[in-house]
Amino acid sequence: MDRTKPIIEFSEVSFKYRAQSEPTLKDIDLKIYPGEKILISGQSGSGKSTLAHCLNALIPCSYAGDMSGELRVGGQTPSELGVFGMSKTVGTVLQDTDGQFIALTVAEDIAFALENEGMPQAQMFQKVEAIADKLDLKDFIGSAPGELSGGQKQRVSLGGVMACDVKILLFDEPLANLDPATGKRTIALIDDILKDEELTVVIIEHRIEDVLYRDVDRIILMDQGRIIADMHPDELLSTDILSEHGIREPLYISAIKASGAKIDPADHPRHIENMNIDPYKNRIKQWFKSNTEHKNEESSDTLLEISHLRFGYDRSRTIVNDVSFDIKKGEMISLVGKNGAGKSTLASLICGFYKPDEGTIRFDGQDIGGLSIKERGEKIGFCMQSPNQMISKPMIYDEVSLGLVSRGVPEDEIKKKVYETLKICGLYQFRNWPVSALSFGQKKRVSIASILVLNPGLIILDEPTAGQDYHHYTEMMEFIRKLRDELHVSIMMITHDMHLMLEYTDRTLVLTDGKLLMNARPEEVLTNEEICDRAYLKRTSLYDLAKRCDIDEADEFAASFINWERRKRQESVV
Amino acid sequence: MSRMISYEKKDTVIHRLSGFTKLVFFILWCMTSALTFDTRMLIVMIVLGGIIYMVSGTRWEQVSGVFLAIMFFMVINLVCIFFFAPYQGCQIYNSRTDILHLFGNYTLTLEQLFYEFNVFIKYFTVIPSVFIFLVTTDPSELAASLNGIGVPYTISYSLEIALRYIPDIQDEFHKIKNAQEARGIEMSSKGRLTDRIKNTAIIIFPLLFSTMERIDVVSNAMELRGFGKKKQRTWYSRKPLRAADHLTIAFSILFFVVTMIITFYDGNRFYNPFI
Repeated sequence: MDRTKPIIEFSEVSFKYRAQSEPTLKDIDLKIYPGEKILISGQSGSGKSTLAHCLNALIPCSYAGDMSGELRVGGQTPSELGVFGMSKTVGTVLQDTDGQFIALTVAEDIAFALENEGMPQAQMFQKVEAIADKLDLKDFIGSAPGELSGGQKQRVSLGGVMACDVKILLFDEPLANLDPATGKRTIALIDDILKDEELTVVIIEHRIEDVLYRDVDRIILMDQGRIIADMHPDELLSTDILSEHGIREPLYISAIKASGAKIDPADHPRHIENMNIDPYKNRIKQWFKSNTEHKNEESSDTLLEISHLRFGYDRSRTIVNDVSFDIKKGEMISLVGKNGAGKSTLASLICGFYKPDEGTIRFDGQDIGGLSIKERGEKIGFCMQSPNQMISKPMIYDEVSLGLVSRGVPEDEIKKKVYETLKICGLYQFRNWPVSALSFGQKKRVSIASILVLNPGLIILDEPTAGQDYHHYTEMMEFIRKLRDELHVSIMMITHDMHLMLEYTDRTLVLTDGKLLMNARPEEVLTNEEICDRAYLKRTSLYDLAKRCDIDEADEFAASFINWERRKRQESVV
Repeated sequence: MSRMISYEKKDTVIHRLSGFTKLVFFILWCMTSALTFDTRMLIVMIVLGGIIYMVSGTRWEQVSGVFLAIMFFMVINLVCIFFFAPYQGCQIYNSRTDILHLFGNYTLTLEQLFYEFNVFIKYFTVIPSVFIFLVTTDPSELAASLNGIGVPYTISYSLEIALRYIPDIQDEFHKIKNAQEARGIEMSSKGRLTDRIKNTAIIIFPLLFSTMERIDVVSNAMELRGFGKKKQRTWYSRKPLRAADHLTIAFSILFFVVTMIITFYDGNRFYNPFI
């Protein structure tokens, strides 16, 4: 492999989607060399996905638009070869591993590209076996997608593109749908493959801290269609470029900076485990001393009381096993655990979609076991992950009023309530708009508004920030917090996002194999090594930082920093 | 949760047959059932169908929902036949044996009862074969078989994809239905029928949108892995025809021919016990 000649070369590439007036990519100059591992990051709309689509020729072949400049990938021009031609050079692993899983079994999915090539069956069997072996998928070779975990599905996706003997692997937000521990394993897996095969890897991802779990050669940061940084991770982390462009820095980096220290690239800040921490230690300790906060427990009335809840689809398999907890009025709670731990089932039980085998659910002191789904809907609102799963009316007003109309509320009262709700949700100026004119985040707000209008005491949100970058994440979460502060509703969020849990929730419920493993403040959970391992959570790097600075109260350190950061953000808004 | 009418992996004689064989059997079987009104042959078919159903290890929960729906339409069908053509049986069998005068022009006759009994058992000859075909045939293997008999692979693969996503869309439907019910859209039997039909439309809309999103992702994923560019493709899951397959196909053809001979021996489709 000749490592001096670039395998990917953009020279002055610009691209404008047909439907848009402004170009999405502007004058991109970028060289990537064989064997490199590159992370491309940026906010949504920064052009990072567009850049990726240029590599596999989805642009301009599937998404039409005007392209200028020159792009060479593996010595070829993607726009001439087309998507099919490029698929032999560039293997793309999509964000949505469910969508990428085309065939009915693992083996067939790995073989999919080979089938399209017309490879004889006998040869195909051999090849599939070899790949399954490499990716540790041999035991699942006949399994259907529904039987696999998120991490296994991702390995299958990888196998599916590796079958073509590609030269470049392109990962489009590989971490978006995974629990944190599985995400970490995926990053490790990518790294291992790179060691054995002569491959070039391009990862598109805004969760920088998680990708940096293993080394990358360069980070390329994009904003508004331009490349604004192309640096070694150590150098990039020593600057403030990331936070200036709406990308979340690794938490330990932010914490070191908070102490007033300036990070030197020579100290290798890219991994907290082996970073040279000595120059910063005293400052951090001092900062902790002057910023320590003890959280005082606020006492409030109990809203929801769950006791000894048990549920299984059939007798042999219990999905929710003897779970008890309560939620106080106005509390924000996160429900975490790996994929398949029973989180959604628990939420479904609370909403009454399923009937528990044993146990009681009390709301405001009243046993709600006998209430129908509709009746419970007035007390407990449930918001699904994608707004497209919820929105059923073309107009915003109709959508938000739907729940009231079906309850036979008089028209003038409906109008009053809907307008009130739209005002709270910042959607009042759009009240006469069609839903289709809104952005994803605004649609999400519409789906929350349509639940809020029924005035529930508790709202359950399934992955409220999935797939959103730091900027949109902050917007959404500040909105949810505002709802809590102004309306005093309780909020329970099902999430994989450790930041969300740490920053925005008062308490965390950790679920593993249907059992409630821990019920505590988030900083206590995320600094507890054993719980994190068992529940597939990722320990916060603030814990590691605290330990490396010989601070024993790691949970307090984490809490103090999160609070400090929040105060700073609020000050900057004012 | 058991999903209705979708493929379930098992190891039975029926499951081991090639998808092609099952397709041939299924088509011939349905043709036989459609053409004959010979009560004796229909009863033979019911017995055979029942045996095959047992052998295939199909569980009742897999098919009960669809079965009940078919029963519902069958009852409507039988009632309609009686009201629109109360003496159809008499015409067919050229005889009339009154049992009971109902009202107006409607008299229950033995011939009409026998005719409707034949319609009734015809349903039962086809129902098990439909169920068995759907729950024992691996969709990708079926696609391979179809392609093998000359159906273009883009068409046979679309069929596979459709079958592949039936369970996913069923799950999605339940999720959306629950969320809408929580908002107060009554879907349970408490609501009025007209409301329920109207409200079902409220689920279809989001279901359609989330399905469209999925289609977009899947079609990109397929294209990225080279689907549709070459004239031919091979199949990982194609099963070669074995002795059992040849035997089954031979039997299906033979059965079809014999049934036709017995049925039309006396010159019409009906077995007439009244002469």
